[in-house]
Amino acid sequence: MTLRLELSGISKQYPAVKANDDIALRVEPGQIHAVLGENGAGKSTLMKIIYGAVQPDAGRIRWNGQELVIKSPAQARALGISMVYQHFSLFDTLSAAENVWLGLDKSLSLAEVKARIREVAASYGLDVDPERPVHSLSVGERQRVEIVRALLTKPQLLILDEPTSVLTPQAVERLFMILRQLSSEGCAILYISHKLDEIRALCHHCTVLRGGRVTGEVDPRTQSNAELSRLMIGAEPPQLRHAARAQGPLALELRSLSLAKASAFGTDLQDIALSLHAGEIVGVAGVSGNGQQELMAALSGEDPRAPAGSVRLFGADIARAGARRRRRLGLHFVPEERLGRGAVPTLSLAQNTLLTRTEAVKAGGLLSMAQVRRQAAELIQRFGVKAGGPDAAAKSLSGGNLQKFIVGREIAAQPKVLIIAQPTWGVDVGAAAQIRGELLKLREAGCALLVVSEELDELFEISDRLVVMAKGRLSPSLPVADATVERIGIWMSGLWDAPAPEAGQNKNTMKESAGAQA
Amino acid sequence: MLKLEVRPQPSKWMSLASPLLALALTVVLGLGLFVLLGKDPLRGLQMFFWEPIKSAYAWSELGIKATPLVLIALGLAVCFRSNVWNIGAEGQFIVGALAGGWVAMQATPETGRGIVVLILLAGVAGGAAWAALTALLRDRFNANEILVSLMLVYVADLLLGYLVYGPWKDPQGYNFPQTISFLASTKIPRLFEGWRVNIGVLIALGAVAGFWLLLFRTYAGFALQVGGLAPAAARYAGFSSRRALWTALLLSGGMAGLAGALEAAGPLGQLTPHVPAGYGFAAIIVAFVGRLHPVGIVFSAILMSMFYIGGELAQSRLGLPKSITGVFQGLLLFTLLACDTLIHYRLRLGKPSQA
Repeated sequence: MTLRLELSGISKQYPAVKANDDIALRVEPGQIHAVLGENGAGKSTLMKIIYGAVQPDAGRIRWNGQELVIKSPAQARALGISMVYQHFSLFDTLSAAENVWLGLDKSLSLAEVKARIREVAASYGLDVDPERPVHSLSVGERQRVEIVRALLTKPQLLILDEPTSVLTPQAVERLFMILRQLSSEGCAILYISHKLDEIRALCHHCTVLRGGRVTGEVDPRTQSNAELSRLMIGAEPPQLRHAARAQGPLALELRSLSLAKASAFGTDLQDIALSLHAGEIVGVAGVSGNGQQELMAALSGEDPRAPAGSVRLFGADIARAGARRRRRLGLHFVPEERLGRGAVPTLSLAQNTLLTRTEAVKAGGLLSMAQVRRQAAELIQRFGVKAGGPDAAAKSLSGGNLQKFIVGREIAAQPKVLIIAQPTWGVDVGAAAQIRGELLKLREAGCALLVVSEELDELFEISDRLVVMAKGRLSPSLPVADATVERIGIWMSGLWDAPAPEAGQNKNTMKESAGAQA
Repeated sequence: MLKLEVRPQPSKWMSLASPLLALALTVVLGLGLFVLLGKDPLRGLQMFFWEPIKSAYAWSELGIKATPLVLIALGLAVCFRSNVWNIGAEGQFIVGALAGGWVAMQATPETGRGIVVLILLAGVAGGAAWAALTALLRDRFNANEILVSLMLVYVADLLLGYLVYGPWKDPQGYNFPQTISFLASTKIPRLFEGWRVNIGVLIALGAVAGFWLLLFRTYAGFALQVGGLAPAAARYAGFSSRRALWTALLLSGGMAGLAGALEAAGPLGQLTPHVPAGYGFAAIIVAFVGRLHPVGIVFSAILMSMFYIGGELAQSRLGLPKSITGVFQGLLLFTLLACDTLIHYRLRLGKPSQA
């Protein structure tokens, strides 16, 4: 049988790093082919080469048996290759439909494109409003636009880069059904992920990358998580210890917090109630765009419009306090966007330390630059941040390293309450384990933590209790021991008032798989 | 074929070299310009690049021109770093001159030298008040500060015209549109006998140090710049964008007003319709050519002053039109913008690489 795609000897050298080193990849028609690897293993570069966005230094590409050079994404699309990038390539000022339209040939009118989007979105269960401008969409919603865009072209090879991170478990199942259907129609799929369970459940074949080289080719259906993990990172990630702990005193309390959305396409927060105690981690699950951003802003003080009395920190009303006052009272926050919010891209790490830390601000508002640099150097050392030093610009760091720096900056401030959004988004397995370990240590030290994450495994792994956000409302909390993936998945649709399903035999699926992964 | 390639990191070296390269290109283009105009290009260059610095007296004249440019550009640098686009420094300069001039006109023969301090303070207050209009409209109604500050320049100009043609006109001035000549006690003290350069130069140098401290060694200056670089990060840190807007505009307005008062009570000695000499607009170029850095601004202000003086010399000695000064300033700004491309990109010879 002719291979749909065959790569051999593909190499790509970047100024600082060899991203791909003599890589071979063989994809059959209709095959769902996983490309597994940590961040920085070279997966994204390889996919960009296949998609024509990057030219390799060496190596050959065969498409349906024909050797060719893919010069541009336009050519790749003409060949029948579609890609959903991990980092979205959407124009903020255009609507979802206009963005999709840009990637298509120009035979369709915008109205037709909108109709097709609605059609495809409906048939695949992807909730996309073609009229909305992209800048008003959450990260998860943007990804859905990307997926719809790729599916519209009826591709022969579909490349998906970490597609499930923003979907509910049920939606992941639906996506898998779609992918299996596409596969049975003969469309080959390259599925890039570091989620071992998903790869084992979905993929026929798996190529593992590490440090730019192929370290294994296996049938994932016959492998355990531990075996795949070893191929991927060369070692097993450290085990996390989640010791039982008595609930401490009340730290943060939300009482009937309702807040009208600040932008036209935001989400109204409705009557949110939550108690967060010292020494516990409460996980907030939910599909992005359901009010998490608005809730975070109301808690961090970036949006100080909450009704008086609705947010209390150790009994004090902070609903209308600014971010700096809340920080002085011991409430720290790590936002989901690292560049531009958690850190200023063009400023050095030392200067970025000053965003939330004021130890180096002396009398009269003068700064001790020596102390700022020392502080940054300590963070770099303590949290193992790979950076050129305190003077390195924030944007010169990889996503994972910058995340370690930002999380470290807030942890080192010894907060009494830490609110953290997407703690390990785009962070490699080793660093993610390290960050989760630090969060657990903070919990041991008596800090109250509220963790918002779209990775359910992560929430199950570190949380004491779970709450779910849907449509601007917050569910009651559930001890993690009583939670199941199915139940949380149903809650993600806002249905926590419905009776719980019989979930006895599935009860601990996630715990077990998380354990196997570790 | 030449090709632009993105640098992995912006080049620090190039951000310093770019203004020098731009200057070199300006010289080359200037040479061409003189040839096209049928003038001896070397004599042309001499007017711009040698005559203004060839003697101590020339430096004194240079200092007179550079002082307002430095003062205004320092304030603008804070504005631009805070992402507040104050284009109306010229108007704030005029109102500063009016306020300082009004105080100077109150002097009587018995008035002591202390009035100079009042004149300068009035200038600061006038400029800051004029900028406050922009801040208020931006803060209250979200009006675009570029347009508002720019249009207020013309309002200030008309206000100046109304006053010197009307209520402030010198009764003994043969109906010329000008105020009385200010009394000697109000004159900004000169540094040396016989030369026009005055203590404004020292004030400007002190301001350079002060602004350097503000920008790079204070929490307030840091907060301002974060607001300019990444508004979401400023919100996250809890730095108020309203405070940044007001601080930046009041500071830069005050500095422009100070320059106006120094000018009115210094070299001018009275108010005429010719108070605005374009310093407020030229200072925008000065601020950018100086990389929005206080020390860089000193050098670029000296350069810009050379263009002013060179332009005047070219007018009187070579018979070139006055607008040649503006042409040189514009050339410098445009070549700088072009050269700044090289901070983020590098040039490659040959075909676009397959790499």
